[in-house]
Amino acid sequence: MQLDEFFVTGEPLIYGAMVSIVLVSAAILFILTYYKKWKWLWREWLTTVDHKKIGIMYILSALAMLFRGGVDALMMRTQLAFPDMNFLNSQHYNEIFTTHGTVMIIFMAMPFLIGLMNVVVPLQIGARDVAFPYLNAMSFWSFLFGALLFNISFVIGGSPDAGWTSYTPLAGAAMSPGPGQNFYLLGLQLSGIGTLATGINFMVTIIKMRAPGMKMFQMPIFTWSTFVTSFIIVFAFPILTVALALMTIDRIFGAQFFTLTGEGLPMMWANLFWMWGHPEVYIVILPAFGIFSEVIATFARKQLFGYKAMVWSMILIAGLSFLVWVHHFFTMGAGAFVNSVFSVSTMLIAVPTGVKIFNWLGTLYKSKIQATTAMMWSLAFIPSFVIGGVTGVMLGMAAADYQFHNSYFLVAHFHYVLISGTVFACFSGLVYWYPKMFGHKLNEKIGKLSFWFFVIGFHVCFFPQYFVGLDGMPRRTFAIVLEWMPLNIISTCGAFLMGAGFAIFIYNVYYSFRYSKRETTGDSWDGRTLEWATPTPVPFYNFATVPHIRSNDAYVEMKSKGETTFDEKNLEPIHMPSNTGQPIIMMAIMFMASFFLVFEWIWLAIASLIGVIIMMVIRSFDYDDGFHVEVDEIKRTERSARGL
Amino acid sequence: MSSHELQSGPMEYRTEHGQSSILGFWIFLGAEIVLFSTLFATYAVLFGRTADSPAPAELFELETVLIMTFLLLTSSFTCGIAVHEMRHGSVKGLATWLIITLILGLGFLGFEIYEFFHYAHEGATLQASAFWSSFFTLAGTHGLHVTVGIGWAILLLIQLAQRGLTTVTSRKFFIISLYWHFLDVVWIFIFTSVYLIGMVV
Ligand code: HEM
Ligand SMILES: [Cu+2]
Repeated sequence: MQLDEFFVTGEPLIYGAMVSIVLVSAAILFILTYYKKWKWLWREWLTTVDHKKIGIMYILSALAMLFRGGVDALMMRTQLAFPDMNFLNSQHYNEIFTTHGTVMIIFMAMPFLIGLMNVVVPLQIGARDVAFPYLNAMSFWSFLFGALLFNISFVIGGSPDAGWTSYTPLAGAAMSPGPGQNFYLLGLQLSGIGTLATGINFMVTIIKMRAPGMKMFQMPIFTWSTFVTSFIIVFAFPILTVALALMTIDRIFGAQFFTLTGEGLPMMWANLFWMWGHPEVYIVILPAFGIFSEVIATFARKQLFGYKAMVWSMILIAGLSFLVWVHHFFTMGAGAFVNSVFSVSTMLIAVPTGVKIFNWLGTLYKSKIQATTAMMWSLAFIPSFVIGGVTGVMLGMAAADYQFHNSYFLVAHFHYVLISGTVFACFSGLVYWYPKMFGHKLNEKIGKLSFWFFVIGFHVCFFPQYFVGLDGMPRRTFAIVLEWMPLNIISTCGAFLMGAGFAIFIYNVYYSFRYSKRETTGDSWDGRTLEWATPTPVPFYNFATVPHIRSNDAYVEMKSKGETTFDEKNLEPIHMPSNTGQPIIMMAIMFMASFFLVFEWIWLAIASLIGVIIMMVIRSFDYDDGFHVEVDEIKRTERSARGL
Repeated sequence: MSSHELQSGPMEYRTEHGQSSILGFWIFLGAEIVLFSTLFATYAVLFGRTADSPAPAELFELETVLIMTFLLLTSSFTCGIAVHEMRHGSVKGLATWLIITLILGLGFLGFEIYEFFHYAHEGATLQASAFWSSFFTLAGTHGLHVTVGIGWAILLLIQLAQRGLTTVTSRKFFIISLYWHFLDVVWIFIFTSVYLIGMVV
């Protein structure tokens, strides 16, 4: 292979990106070296097994991915604003909508939520870490290296261009030769390992490590949503693993699963993909529901209305989410009977979802609402998500879907659910738990400014898309006709408003870091659940003493009785796991193996896989049992954190 | 992260970490069931789509498959005995029966490799048709799991020699026994729904 085949050449935009990558990397290297931060980085972050730090790393990476996906989006919206735009050619446009979709779902939405879960769930159930801290670190690094692999494709080798759904035969070897599609397959495979491990980890954590006395039906609702989501992950992700593996075998080793020769079945890919893909959309929405529930209950200053109904509807949604996948390809022509069955199951999902909407409204009813930024994101979610859900039911009617399918109507639907659901939740949750993570709040005034920009921009951007879709504009088109222009111009303006909202959000991070008052108590919002019982910043062992739980809103009861998580008389040494560099090293080697496989350099890939096996052997022989934090040290830490 | 240890009951369950690991592994096996189910479903969908390559009934040989089944089922039994010995605290019993298990597993693998080469020789390769792609992937994934199991068990045997039976080593042996039995169950499905059905249809 020639060097000019290895690097992507001939695109001014990509040259620009290359230059900025080199500059930013050089700047980071320089800063780390200049301020002598390498050791600190390694000791405190790269080798950490602390769920709070891992969570923060997840969230930071997700924000970076949101930026990348956002730039993709703005480029697409620019191209679509006017007919005959020559900003992106069709090939480049194909690449960008593919990476945009994949990055947003796999490398932004999921990691953001998993990051919040990591930070919050152990604190909410009174645990000192997750069940398997080492595995947790591995999950994070597998995600990060997976994301890295996927993202370098646009400067090395070329981006995938068959859509985030990668339908065959288009995505097969015959019609998409070259490394692009392999980046998609292996990037997702690599990060998928970590997601599955996270699912198992949180299930065990929640089953086994709750504070004494906490019954399942006393867990905070965000923990419940994490628990249900973990189930979906464990049962859905192996399907993706297989689907990706089969396509990889097809492409690299010449098998015939999805090909047009050898009696392969291209539509089987669509089935496998959506058997994972539909549960996946619930993987990114259920934790969002959990976040909204926490935020709304806190700032309505009431116990969550209909807690049990909330939990059961989540369980029902999780079950149903595996039974609707065909609604993504009603037009495949499976026949009236099959389509009717999946049409009905699809519409059924709207029922438990509706139940939850009424629960939130019930919680808000006759309450004293505090309009904090976190609360505003949650309030904006309710009406916006209803629009997304109702249009989802419209799409779910098979006969009607023949009209809507693959049009901008569909694009509007899933952005309404994903942005007003998942993205608003990420912002809401980040603002809400920010003081727990970083020791100071985000500035409310700037926060609200970014909120208004983003939410107004969101509706301006996506509401017109329903109508331009009904006017016949197909999705994944890189050129519009004059008739669609007015609505598209509006849409593009909205997109830039959202971009501004995001920029203001990031500015707020900087501003608040400089100027916000530091937190003096751990209870920033007069919270109801255990995470607010810890001091801020949270000591690495979380709880000096774990309280005994008797009711739903555990911390409300503790406050009324004057209890804290620092019961000086009952201190005992705390056992904690040690830091380790193995996860990052193992996943770095895994990254190499995947990278070589992308280019189909089989022998190099095998050599790297042997490296991975060696790392596993090292792990198997590693009997490091962690260490104990002595009572004196706990006393010292807690006294200074609590200002005693 | 408590380090309290129970004083009675099976060793692998005495620590909280042991209990969590075993639960986690059960959940992992749940995920493995989904993985194999997807492969089985793929195989079922692609059944008969042999294009120009030989049909399975022409190649599958009852004799080889019966021997393989016998080897793997017996290995599951010996693996059970190994854990039984472990519960009695017998390092030697555990090691002996586990080694027998591994030898049976290796025998199984040998036949499988022979079988794959034989099919390939007859023109049924991974690339030949959709049906054979799905056959080799399903059976191959199972075979790969067996291989991993053997390598893993060898590592554990070394650790047994180094450390004897502790809460940690017995947990590891217990988990690998779960894994081994699971592979046996998967094989029973392969035996019936792939080979037996493939021979008559
Ligand atoms: C009330 C519940 C919902 C219903 C009835 C529903 C229904 C549908 C239907 C029928 C389609 C396929 C339309 C077509 O391709 O023609 C679709 C697509 C989609 N939905 Fe939903 N949906 C619901 C909720 C959600 C949620 C909560 C999310 C994610 C957070 C979501 C994300 C998506 C995505 C990403 C697609 C498009 C995927 C693609 O083709 O690229 N939906 N929805
Ligand atoms: Cu769906």
